[in-house]
Amino acid sequence: MVNISPSLLLELLQRIARVTKDYLGVLNEDSLRKNFILVYELLDEVIDFGYPQTTSTEALKSYIFNEPIMVDAGRMPPLGPAAMFMQGSKRMPGTAVTKSVVANEPGGKKREEIFVDIIEKISVTFSSSGYILTSEIDGTIQMKSYLSGNPEIRLALNEDLGIGRSGSSTHDYRSSSGGGSVVLDDCNFHESVQLDSFDIDRTLHLIPPDGEFPVMNYRMTQEFKPPFRVTALIEEAGPSRAEVLLKIRADFSANVTANTITVQMPVPSYTMRASFELEAGAVGQTTDFKEGSRRLEWNLKKIVGGSEHTLRAKLTFSQESHGNLTKEAGPVNMNFTIPMYNASKLQVRYLQISKKSKTYNPYRWVRYVTQANSYVARL
Amino acid sequence: MAPTAPSPAKSASPSQPSGKSEVSDLKQQLRQLAGSRAPDADDQRRDVFKRVISCMTAGIDVSAAFGEMVLCSATSDVVLKKMCYLYVGVHARAHPDLALLTINFLQRDCRDQDPTIRGLALRSLCSLRVPNLVEYLVAPLTTGLKDPSAYVRMVASVGAAKLYHISTTTCLDADLPAALKALMLSDSDAQVVANCLHSLLEIWTLEAANSEAAAREIETLYSKPVVFYLLNRIKEFSEWAQCHVLELASKFLPSDNNEIFDIMNLLEDRLQHANGAVVLATIKVFLHLTMSMTDVHQQVYERIKAPLLTLVGAGSPEQSYSVLCHLHLLVMRAPMLFSSDYKSFYCQFSDPSYVKKLKLEMLTAIANESNTYEIVTELCEYAGNVDVPIARESIRAVGKIALQQYDVNAIVDRLLQFLEMDKDYVTAETLVLVKDLLRKYPQWSHDCIAVVGNISSQNIQEPKGKAALIWMLGEYSQDMHDAPYILESLVDNWDEEQSPEVRLHLLTAVMKCFFKRPPETQKALGATLAAGLADTHQDVHDRALFYYRLLQHDPAVAERVVNPPKQAVSVFADTQSSEIKDRIFDEFNSLSVVYQKPSYMFTDKEHRGTFEYSEDLTNLTVGVEAPETVISAQRYQENDNDLLLSTSDKEDNVTRASNGSSTSTYNAPPDLTGPSSLLSSQTPTETALINPGGPTYSAQTNFSLDDLLGLGVPDTPAPPSPPALTLNSKPVLDPGTFQKKWGQLALSLSQECSLSPQGAASLMNPQSLIRHMQSNYIQCIASGGQPPNYKFFFYGQKDGATAFYLVECIVNTASAKAQLKIKADDGTTAQSFSTLFQSALSKFGLS
Repeated sequence: MVNISPSLLLELLQRIARVTKDYLGVLNEDSLRKNFILVYELLDEVIDFGYPQTTSTEALKSYIFNEPIMVDAGRMPPLGPAAMFMQGSKRMPGTAVTKSVVANEPGGKKREEIFVDIIEKISVTFSSSGYILTSEIDGTIQMKSYLSGNPEIRLALNEDLGIGRSGSSTHDYRSSSGGGSVVLDDCNFHESVQLDSFDIDRTLHLIPPDGEFPVMNYRMTQEFKPPFRVTALIEEAGPSRAEVLLKIRADFSANVTANTITVQMPVPSYTMRASFELEAGAVGQTTDFKEGSRRLEWNLKKIVGGSEHTLRAKLTFSQESHGNLTKEAGPVNMNFTIPMYNASKLQVRYLQISKKSKTYNPYRWVRYVTQANSYVARL
Repeated sequence: MAPTAPSPAKSASPSQPSGKSEVSDLKQQLRQLAGSRAPDADDQRRDVFKRVISCMTAGIDVSAAFGEMVLCSATSDVVLKKMCYLYVGVHARAHPDLALLTINFLQRDCRDQDPTIRGLALRSLCSLRVPNLVEYLVAPLTTGLKDPSAYVRMVASVGAAKLYHISTTTCLDADLPAALKALMLSDSDAQVVANCLHSLLEIWTLEAANSEAAAREIETLYSKPVVFYLLNRIKEFSEWAQCHVLELASKFLPSDNNEIFDIMNLLEDRLQHANGAVVLATIKVFLHLTMSMTDVHQQVYERIKAPLLTLVGAGSPEQSYSVLCHLHLLVMRAPMLFSSDYKSFYCQFSDPSYVKKLKLEMLTAIANESNTYEIVTELCEYAGNVDVPIARESIRAVGKIALQQYDVNAIVDRLLQFLEMDKDYVTAETLVLVKDLLRKYPQWSHDCIAVVGNISSQNIQEPKGKAALIWMLGEYSQDMHDAPYILESLVDNWDEEQSPEVRLHLLTAVMKCFFKRPPETQKALGATLAAGLADTHQDVHDRALFYYRLLQHDPAVAERVVNPPKQAVSVFADTQSSEIKDRIFDEFNSLSVVYQKPSYMFTDKEHRGTFEYSEDLTNLTVGVEAPETVISAQRYQENDNDLLLSTSDKEDNVTRASNGSSTSTYNAPPDLTGPSSLLSSQTPTETALINPGGPTYSAQTNFSLDDLLGLGVPDTPAPPSPPALTLNSKPVLDPGTFQKKWGQLALSLSQECSLSPQGAASLMNPQSLIRHMQSNYIQCIASGGQPPNYKFFFYGQKDGATAFYLVECIVNTASAKAQLKIKADDGTTAQSFSTLFQSALSKFGLS
């Protein structure tokens, strides 16, 4: 196959990475070094003569004989989207996402638990007057199951969930387009998902395979309330000087806290120096002027819902600015992670695990997180 | 999993053993452990094996330990076995003699009770890649295909293809393809079915070059019963196997619309799959099936939009890029259908620049009356982007939209605003655009000139921008007050101007200006011509000299040459032909879409550089892989045909033979065909020996008799039939010479012609075309491609001459069209040859 499908190749590579991660707990240089024999063994079973055979962690179990050698997850910076769960949120057991799917825990017994993560990447563009130009949410419901015996699971979403933008598309394959408070443009599902009653009660039935996999991916362009309002101003202050004002308002409830926030703003290429003035009583904030890329950078460790933060900067230019400063600077870009918050309002109403016995009560973790994908305010 | 070379830094670390002492140390330990029955012996062996594999991974040659590894392999420990198999698989090919040592235990393990062990052993056995050992493979493979365990059957069905690559004849003699086919149509395990399909496609595609039977077998794979059988089981397959089955289905030719709708209904839910590869493969089926139904085809576009956009949003940037490339292709084909989705193609801050570039192209394509304002506003935001290449692309995109005629008025204003931004690259890009706009819309010249006139040429560094400005100064010098003086100052700095392109433009601009405003420009013109004549750049010098002599000859003529009335350009040339675009579309869901090139441009060796044939290129089946055998087979076949020829055919043949003077109509014997020089050195005796029956038969007819009688007379003229070119029935040309000639000769003709629909249909088997052309004395030297695109290299030889005709023929079965490129030693007869070739091609499939 000289002219192969690029998507097939990329999906396969990513799947191999995921299977390896399921086995090793974490995927990094150290864990690969320690487990290279196991990785050889996995690759041999996953691909034969160039043809993918099986990429299911579950099915592979019966052909894989090497035991994974665990690396100390605490020392390692974790990789991938799972990384976001490592910081900030108390409800999550720290070791959970870096645990191998196959290995036994030190106590000898496997803990019965299942993680359901609703991960949303949001993109918002504000015009110079603060008006929302475009907004989009790309979301994933990701599952990682450590349940033994493959019990069936029912995952119920918002009852009034709509799919398909009304009017714009000719196909209307789920009749309830529009009307609901959450309307997705489109979604797709993992192959283990049974959609038999999805039309009626928005419930997904599935027997989760071992390991990590996306249950559902979705996309939404319906308007939503952006978590942050960003205001940026740049004004001339003398012949070769300018003043910048950056203001962020957190538009979410006070019991939610965003973390690792970065605000960046490109400034005119002839900027020589920048001096910053943080608000009074600022904690956990740092500022920097990146000379190479002519950018102001403002880092905030966390922002509590409802609060507002301001940064002032004075710029010194190497020449007189000619004309329109707003064409020479910006746009402002923002990065953040907000655990236990989702912008789309898509909810998991309940997660039901079919019971094997009366005492069977596995741990269930349903976690929400929102990340900035492209959060931009124009000047 | 080839062992990789270690980086110097890594090999220095204590965990990475290196050097020969390590290997001999490992050998020593293995020898000690070989017979050990200690309770922890297996653990110790595991440890040593692991170090051996670790060395192998680090690129250290551990083949010296082969014997010891085999000695230690007699174990029931699966982990040990697996490591041993891995080791043996890597080293057996280089050490065929030692590989024989492993056959014993591998064969034994193939009969183990545990299906996992059986499967492992069989897989390793097939991976040894030692030709001498293939005899040991047949029995385990045949049994493996019937094994009660699906795992073993899975391994065996891929093993058959491995065997085919090691020894074609062994695989075919053991009738493995038949067994695979039976298994494919009956096995309960979907992965076994998928593997059988992979192996069969691989074996038969390669076999098709030599056998018609194999070509027919391929046709059956694309037939309704097989395709429907596989599609009905689609949900049982793994995602990867689904992709292969869908690829097969995309080449299926349905006989009526009901079949099309059946397939589409069956596959509808595949569009909701989370795996992008499955979705794209399904889309390919939908698009190809509905090609002939315009309205349904359009509905498919509407249906697949949302799933594609969702895939772009999910996954890694690389995955989105791959999907976005396909979306890009669809947008370019039907921009109208996407005009309301323009916001989906706005660039996001986090997009890598390769994604932004694609999005800009899509935004350009879908701009129309309703969305141009929004799109251009958005693009203008990107013009100040920190990412300079993207800023440039954005400005170009604005210009392209203006050239598409929507809302030109507003766009011209915005372009002129770019000039006020006073950034070097923005100004340069904008000037180029303004120049193109003026060539298309001369009516805007007043507005543009007013702004362009204010730009100081000193501020523009980029040659393209500077050249554009100078062009405008020359073209509109009557409207720009300062034009002669700006040009004059540019001429003053002639020596500092690095770019010859700019100097060429300056020459012409000064000439134009001179005819419009002679008194003000005369001085500058003299200086320019003097500078141009002294210029070291050949083109600049030549143009200056040309202008000088033209002016000397007659200024009025010079004016007509330099300042003719110009027509506004209506359409700028498209860079890619629609034929190329169609071909890329046919290859949907492949790298062709990402590269934006049809596959032959990057898979054929000719296009990649050297034109050679090798086994690794699976999709280019080579007609002359073994020239000796093929040609000799042809020769015998032709001899047989000779005896069967009807009288009239025979006459033809002999006419040609008799006209052909001493140059033989027949090949040299098979063992001599290598160098083409033999062609001329053939002796008449050989001809006589090979063709004893010919004259005898033809002597039965008067016509031939006359000819025969005339043979000795030197001045017997050939029947004069000018356009009818006769071809040597058995020309000989080896691939090396073909390649050389193809490289040396200029293109004589390039034409497009049509195939009969029947011909296009029978091209499912390219071999049949090769045979058809052969019967017209046109030989194939190489062929390749996959439905619907095939590529052939043919050659023919003028009868009685040494001149060859070489043809590159690209056939598209979907459109039933063929692109011909003909190169000829004797260019004067190329047209007659082309006629002959086309008539032969057009008859294909009709007989």
